[in-house]
Amino acid sequence: MARRDIGEINAGSMADIAFLLLIFFLVTTTMDVDSGIARKLPEKTDVQSDVIVKEKNVLDIVVNRNNQLLVENEYVKVTDVKRLAKKFIDNGGGLGTPVDDRPGEPCDYCGGEKNPNSSDHSTKAIISLQSDRGTSYGMYISIQNEIEAAYNELRNALSEKLYGISYDDLLNDYEDNPSKSLQEKIDDLKNKYPQIITEPEPIK
Amino acid sequence: MRKKGMPAISTASLPDIVFMLLFFFMVSTTMRETDLLIKKPALPVASEVKKLELKSLVSTIYVGKSKDTRISGDKIQVNDKIVEVKDIPSFIFSERALRKEDEVKFMTTSIKADKEASVGTILDIKEQLRDINALKISFSTSRGNDLSSNYK
Repeated sequence: MARRDIGEINAGSMADIAFLLLIFFLVTTTMDVDSGIARKLPEKTDVQSDVIVKEKNVLDIVVNRNNQLLVENEYVKVTDVKRLAKKFIDNGGGLGTPVDDRPGEPCDYCGGEKNPNSSDHSTKAIISLQSDRGTSYGMYISIQNEIEAAYNELRNALSEKLYGISYDDLLNDYEDNPSKSLQEKIDDLKNKYPQIITEPEPIK
Repeated sequence: MRKKGMPAISTASLPDIVFMLLFFFMVSTTMRETDLLIKKPALPVASEVKKLELKSLVSTIYVGKSKDTRISGDKIQVNDKIVEVKDIPSFIFSERALRKEDEVKFMTTSIKADKEASVGTILDIKEQLRDINALKISFSTSRGNDLSSNYK
């Protein structure tokens, strides 16, 4: 049999095929970056320790099934939560927790009003968020977001004062270049404004 | 001066360019692995969001309304099926079994819930996660500064 010459394959339509595939992938691509509010749940312990917490060190936030809010028994809007939380955490009206038999020290970095009827120290301030089972999730997230924002703003302000750079920038820098000194600064800020949020059993 | 005629632009490298784009999108595409059996949750908006890192260590729980409008209440979906709250621990255990032992402590549970869902369901899920020591969670939200759409 005579062998036939195989002609060159025409590559002119290659671009068309590639375009078709490209458009397919363009359409199906979902570049969703999963982001959200990060929370660490408290560990479950069998031992019930009775810690006595003074009433004034707890900021009571209650939300009912109609998405209405009470902060310290006063009817407020969600947009007020951040301001109230900041005021409460940063109050510094008393002494901190005693460490190793030394008496507690007053909060020297708090910029609050030093109201004796509000929280003693930023490390003692507890935020209690009591929700109803029927509260909508959107409302719940809004409150969580406002609380988070209050802590972030306080940390930013203190970081600006101590290091001349905001807490957010510190975190960004740490991500790019994790170094020990940055880690120490971040931990220090976290220790000075620890997030203590408690969520009691929801109202049935 | 003599006028030069414009030479035709060579399109020979066009396929190469297109292929390059094609590869980029092929690599960055994540095909949706789970088909949603519930209505796609409308995520709430939040401003203080953190990006979830280590995507391979994230297990996702969806909470939302059923596609059938006659069925009311929140439905929970993991992987490809709708489950009850009490089935969540077994889901997390099966997720853990797929990972290396030393990675387990970095595993995060992402809760993608509809903003209309009730907090009771979410708190039940949280309680289940607490029981089995899956303590890192993330409430999935979209980024934005206007929170007023979260509640009416």
